[in-house]
Amino acid sequence: MHEYSIVQALIDQCEELARSNKATSVTKVVVKIGQYSGVEPHLLETAFDTFKDQTVCTNAEFVMILQPLVIRCTDCQKESVLDQPHYLCPVCQSIDIQVVDGEDMMLMSLEMEE
Amino acid sequence: MCKDCGCSITDMDHHYDHNEHHHHDHDHGHHHHMHETLHHNPQLNDPKTISVITKILAKNDHEADHNREHFESHGVLAINLMSSPGSGKTALLEAIADAAPFKFGVIEGDLETSRDADRIRAKGIPAHQIQTGSACHLDAFMVHHALHELPIADLEVCFVENVGNLVCPASYDVGAHLNIVLVSVPEGEDKVEKYPVMFRTADLVLITKCDLLPYINFDMAHAKEQARKIKPSVDIIEVSIKDPKSIQNVIQWISFKKSMRS
Repeated sequence: MHEYSIVQALIDQCEELARSNKATSVTKVVVKIGQYSGVEPHLLETAFDTFKDQTVCTNAEFVMILQPLVIRCTDCQKESVLDQPHYLCPVCQSIDIQVVDGEDMMLMSLEMEE
Repeated sequence: MCKDCGCSITDMDHHYDHNEHHHHDHDHGHHHHMHETLHHNPQLNDPKTISVITKILAKNDHEADHNREHFESHGVLAINLMSSPGSGKTALLEAIADAAPFKFGVIEGDLETSRDADRIRAKGIPAHQIQTGSACHLDAFMVHHALHELPIADLEVCFVENVGNLVCPASYDVGAHLNIVLVSVPEGEDKVEKYPVMFRTADLVLITKCDLLPYINFDMAHAKEQARKIKPSVDIIEVSIKDPKSIQNVIQWISFKKSMRS
């Protein structure tokens, strides 16, 4: 259950950004959660709801963009969405690929009030 | 007060006003600019949206980079050992202690007890135990604190034995150079497919307790095939602490990686 530690890091970031933007509260937090980032979105949402009290995020709406695994093939240059974690190009079967998205957890944007 | 158009109307009206203008006025770029300015005017009690786009664990990653630099400044190769509880991480380190040509230290992570560090120290190897309390993984801050407890200047390799867990440690860079993931024969070959994020992080997969293969149905070929679907470049070694040759293979792998970084 490392979702609690991740939410703690997220709320710390929101607090810092609110402070540097002279905002008193955060009304919306948008995160992008990679399908293979190792985080369970439902647990992350629960953790956010638990930890947001008495922070700038108390009244914040929590929006998760669920990001599938996207790779780009170095051989055929095609970009593909992978529906299972088999890291090869579905077009030309090359394993010389680069992960474009779907393995990270990102804070994308914040909506704040002065 | 929006200084671009000089109006002092409320936010809502302002929005509609702009939309109206868009219908009648084709200077979209200009109006778009005014709209942005409105949203960023600190004098208006108005929600302000900022685009951030940073990793949620950016602070941990920064600390992890710092740890790596710290290891590198002493010429130490750092290796993060991850697996389920009971896959044989500590037993592997004990076996390596008996045969390794390099000097190493160990940072141990467990929820409770210092039993693992005691086992390692009993072999004459410096070890520091991190007790995480309830945390299911080590993070870069914990490892940073621990590495100051080790005689790092005397070491060539430092192992970080993570908390036994095939999920959470995969999300945290602790500042190691390499990840070794263990899966033991009694756990079953399906663990590789069930925990892809963990096996994706692996530079080396060790299939441990191979002396039990005659007693347990474990499809070795399938386990390896799955590991390489998740990480095509991964190295895989079959290990048993009762087979010194297999421990030598692990030591050779580490020595090779070490020589490629010196």
